[in-house]
Amino acid sequence: MNENKGFKNTAITVNMLWICLFVLVPNLIVVVISFLERDPAGFFRWEPTISHYIDLFDPVNARVFTHSLSYSFGTTLLTLAVGYPFGWFLSRVGRRRRPLLLMLVIVPFWTSSLIRTYALVILMKANGVINSLLLTLGLVKGPVSILYTDVAVYVGLVYSLLPFMILPLYAVLEKLDTRLLEAARDLGATRVQVFMKVVLPLSLPGVMAGSIMVFLPSLGLFYIPDLLGGAKSMLVGNFIKNQFLTSGNWPFGSAASVFLILVMVSMMAIYLLVMKRFNRSVMS
Amino acid sequence: MKRWIGISWLTAVYAFLYIPLLTLMVYSFNQARFTTVWKGFTLKWYVKLMANQQLLDAFFNSLTVALVASVIATGIGTLGAFAVSHYRFAGRKIFFGLIYSVMMSPDIVMGISLLMLFVLLGMETGFLTLLLAHVTFCLPFVMVTVHARIRGFDSMVVDAARDLGAGEFQIFFRIILPMILPAVLAGWLLSFTLSLDDVIISFFVTGPAFEILPLKIYSMVRLGVKPEVNALCTILFLMTLAAVTAAHFLTKEREQ
Repeated sequence: MNENKGFKNTAITVNMLWICLFVLVPNLIVVVISFLERDPAGFFRWEPTISHYIDLFDPVNARVFTHSLSYSFGTTLLTLAVGYPFGWFLSRVGRRRRPLLLMLVIVPFWTSSLIRTYALVILMKANGVINSLLLTLGLVKGPVSILYTDVAVYVGLVYSLLPFMILPLYAVLEKLDTRLLEAARDLGATRVQVFMKVVLPLSLPGVMAGSIMVFLPSLGLFYIPDLLGGAKSMLVGNFIKNQFLTSGNWPFGSAASVFLILVMVSMMAIYLLVMKRFNRSVMS
Repeated sequence: MKRWIGISWLTAVYAFLYIPLLTLMVYSFNQARFTTVWKGFTLKWYVKLMANQQLLDAFFNSLTVALVASVIATGIGTLGAFAVSHYRFAGRKIFFGLIYSVMMSPDIVMGISLLMLFVLLGMETGFLTLLLAHVTFCLPFVMVTVHARIRGFDSMVVDAARDLGAGEFQIFFRIILPMILPAVLAGWLLSFTLSLDDVIISFFVTGPAFEILPLKIYSMVRLGVKPEVNALCTILFLMTLAAVTAAHFLTKEREQ
């Protein structure tokens, strides 16, 4: 019996300890330090303040945040617009061909997004593939600058995060009972009505999961604006990185990170709430 | 008509996903150094990589961290998935919530929070800090992959074994583990890829003494496009491809 208890306790303790020490404690450190005074000698000193949070609303800093949030909203909408029809069409492909096609989405999902971003640089740089193509076709007179613009950052974010939108959408659309669609059609619903009243509500969990999986990382992927954007393209991730590595300002960087943690927590809370209502309405 | 729209939509998205990667791979075999014009097939950029000792060291470091971190994460995560599905204990729900929040939390927050933890603990950033960080972000992926498999099978098997006098240790190693082995291997492969590819978290928790490949690529890429980098990225992409394909077949088996 003792040996049994030992095994059970080890399995639980190791996991709990690991998560507490390397997830819970570090996140608490972030929160605590964000409320402490900065000290150039030792990163921070034990003097409570909320000045870093006030500084986040300083127009210069606030612009970085609103800009980054608009990148994230834009990216989420774009991936949704591309990914939703894609998930739908993919779930209608014949059963034999689907595994391969699905695999072709999973591979970029796991491939380093740095490598994929770099691949975009090759395409978009001034003497890159797209420009050479446009010049050869005579569509433009001189090279057009795509790289180092806001457009390039959007392309980079959408390119990196599209698989994260497609996979959860596909998962719900594939399970959709097509008999429901037929029933709705038989009862006289138009195509638009079928979509709005049946397909969309039933795929809501996938839409939400996909949006969270795109929105959250898109705030932090600092190497995308670094490699593709201009001098003004900045994400919250770049801002935090600069606070920690360039300015050595731990408390201010922590306050910006608390903002990200809050965004994450509120998105997860909304997701859970919606799922609760969703399950109730589907079950009844 | 409808069919035609579907096929073109799918084709367009696959083209968008794969043209950049294919271009990258094709140019890694191009003779020309600066232009995008095709000047003939060559392997010289790959040969050049082999001669670059710094890159080889970074590659070796990356492989070491990925291997050790993925093995540790798989060990701990498998036990965790078993514990969560078979035992009731205080804080089980909170534990599960934390696991999901690790998967969701932006990499940069994890990077800076671990950086501060290590600095406050007085640890020098390098192999050990990198390893601890990598195990942490791989752990949830192993746990979720394995948990999905454990949940799938009959708990009566475990009850039967217990009635016949098997201890918890025996139940885990003689019954559970053989049954969930494909999922464990898949979790391990995915952790390996995750660790090999990570940029953001590693950026904060490793030091100049211990360079790893993704960060080396990052610093090279910032200086512009180079055929050697294309070759390096091609190798890394093919490694990911191999691991993901293998993981896919391991998890697929259960459906049959």
